[in-house]
Amino acid sequence: MEWTALDGWIVATGTLLAMACALPGTFLILNRQSMLGDGISHAVLPGIAIAFLLTGSRDWTFMLAGAVVAGVLTGVISNAIEKYGKVESGAALGVTFCSLFALGLVLIRIAADQVEIHADCVLYGTLETAVIDGVINSGVPQVAWQAIALLLANALLVLLFYKELKIASFDPDLAESQGIPAGRIKFGITMMTAITTVMAFEAVGSILIIALLIVPASTAILLSHRLPVILVLACGIGMLTAFVGHWLAMAPFPWLMRELSGLESLSSASSTGMMAAACGLIFILVLITQRVLQRQMPSGQPSTSS
Amino acid sequence: MNDITILRTTPRSLIFVLFGFWILNFGLANAAELHQLPSATDIWRVLSLQDHNTRIVFIGTALFGAVGGMVGTFLLLRKRSLMSDTISHATLPGIGIAFIIGELFFGFGKSLPLLMFGAAVTGLAGMGMVVAIRTCSKIKDDAALAIVLSVFFGLGIALITVVQQMPSGNAAGLEGFIYGKAASMTVSDGWLIFGAALAAGLVCFFLYKEFTVLCFDSSFAASQGWPVLLLDVALLALITIVTVIGLQAVGLLLVVAMMIIPPAAARFWTERLDMTLLISMGFGFVSGLLGVFASALFPRLPAGAIIVLVSALLFFLSMVLGGARGMWFRYYEHRELSRRVRRQHLLRSIYEWLEVHGKRTDLLDDEFTLNDIRQFRAWTPGELETSLQRALQRDFLGEDHPGRYHLTGKGARDALRVVRNHRLWELFLIKYADIAPGKVDRDADAVEHILEPDILQELEALLEDEDTRKRIPLSPHRLNGALNGGTT
Repeated sequence: MEWTALDGWIVATGTLLAMACALPGTFLILNRQSMLGDGISHAVLPGIAIAFLLTGSRDWTFMLAGAVVAGVLTGVISNAIEKYGKVESGAALGVTFCSLFALGLVLIRIAADQVEIHADCVLYGTLETAVIDGVINSGVPQVAWQAIALLLANALLVLLFYKELKIASFDPDLAESQGIPAGRIKFGITMMTAITTVMAFEAVGSILIIALLIVPASTAILLSHRLPVILVLACGIGMLTAFVGHWLAMAPFPWLMRELSGLESLSSASSTGMMAAACGLIFILVLITQRVLQRQMPSGQPSTSS
Repeated sequence: MNDITILRTTPRSLIFVLFGFWILNFGLANAAELHQLPSATDIWRVLSLQDHNTRIVFIGTALFGAVGGMVGTFLLLRKRSLMSDTISHATLPGIGIAFIIGELFFGFGKSLPLLMFGAAVTGLAGMGMVVAIRTCSKIKDDAALAIVLSVFFGLGIALITVVQQMPSGNAAGLEGFIYGKAASMTVSDGWLIFGAALAAGLVCFFLYKEFTVLCFDSSFAASQGWPVLLLDVALLALITIVTVIGLQAVGLLLVVAMMIIPPAAARFWTERLDMTLLISMGFGFVSGLLGVFASALFPRLPAGAIIVLVSALLFFLSMVLGGARGMWFRYYEHRELSRRVRRQHLLRSIYEWLEVHGKRTDLLDDEFTLNDIRQFRAWTPGELETSLQRALQRDFLGEDHPGRYHLTGKGARDALRVVRNHRLWELFLIKYADIAPGKVDRDADAVEHILEPDILQELEALLEDEDTRKRIPLSPHRLNGALNGGTT
């Protein structure tokens, strides 16, 4: 399989998105809210469907607005259920996003009568087709611009509120005593996650979003204790996964499948799916390497496992 | 403090709940509009289970709902609800691999037992990965769940895209597992679900005591020599089995809902485990039935989603109306308690005013005005007036002349009791806790409403020698606004 300009664009877009996701993802993990990304990415479905049904158009801005509202509502509703219903936080999130997702599936089915839309494109994303369409039409695909804008916005937010984010993530009580509203910062992280999820999911689908949010940042957290290093590492690992994922999807994975099955018709696998798998592969490699190194020099650094 | 915040914020949370209802209504109304309403004969045909196929789908889905509610209850109590989400996503690569293997070695991949077996294998592998990441690194629980979920699902999607390119890879069959395809259930599928459900039920029955200990106090269980890790694995294996049998009914994206929502809803109705289990199973059963019923009438709507929406409706109803932990119930309890507290404060203030300024002949004859009482406590605006009106309505106070009030017999009894509690506690604090007389008032303020009779007896015994023999001990400190009065 040959490497073309299209593959370059796919990897470039994936790289930008991975970096944009790694920033809020790091703070999600530090706040122990990793599954919130999962919840939000499921729950944006009804927001999109309602935006369709209300406006009747496939306008990108309405879709974004509907999805952001739904994403933020996921956080708000699950918090409300947890607080006023006295339900354990994980279960509260589960109840919320399952209900919203089910509602979204029903609404999408209804909306499908009016607009061409399918739940699949929300789930898997269509990075390849989006890039191809964009390159054919205007040279630079729209998803790439979107990814750049998202990355810049997230980087700006993190730089501006770095101190607040840091204190609120590591020690909410200290933050409150310093006059930093930890609750509002947490809500801000939810907002940032919701917007990032929505902006990125058109390209990579809701499931890869969770991988890009959580896995590179987790790998970085394995490697360092310092927040700036973690953020930079997370972005770097995100870039790597986009490249490795696409490469795996193009060459080795279909080759493996062809060899195993003997079917010549198998050409390539989903890039987004393989990017998620690549995230996991890198995470596992780092984890195992670290364990092996730790075992070899037990007297060195204090063990990080707990 | 917590009680008060709940009191203050409940209306806002009600808005959220109402919003949830609105969304549900929106969906259902649209559904009714766009899909012609079924005729009465249609409804009768579905309800009377005339179609052989409908009967299987009904029984299979309802059975799955009940079993999901059962194992979900243990999972909820173990605080691992989202584990089921990760397991269900982790089944996808197994389905893909099983299909490919089936195609290569047996010539056909769409055999349900084979696909279910593959799903169970990777589901369990995903669960193992979560445990491994959690124990081998500093990555926390929630991140481990998210990592395994997204990576396994991504791998699954990649496999599915490969399967779609196979000549026989009619991927529509596999997509049924993602979104659910209850209507395509066959008799053998029904038997498979029945068998798996029976097995899960039996395991829960025989391990009931073990799971109970595990869920309520796992460290106690460990200290008593229970094999906690093994039990956890058994529970998660059960979750995997239930996930796998639910794949066809509601799909892997929503199968988790049936293990989270019914148990969470059941918890609002009871505090007992056995009842929670039964109610949760009932909710799951009913959701399955109603969901299949609705989707039989509106064939174009996705059955899995309808099932989940029915259970979501049950959840919201339970959350508001639930008899043990529901919001309305707790709101009502808190309101009653805070009203009683305010009434008792009012009565004690009245008694203390009468003690200082009254003619001391008979409690019932002395009259007082609103302003007399106002200076005895820091009332918030309007609080005194509402408490007074409420006390008048409930016959604790009487009003012979407009604006001049007096205690009734009932009010006087209550006032005496509260004042006695208050002062006994004050004396106790001064004598045994070494707190300055000027500071005991506030402490006693909080405790006087909840002193139980046996504690009172103990207090009386402790303070035997003091002036407690009198019906009401004198206040150990100067009373507010009593600067001219002659207290101790």
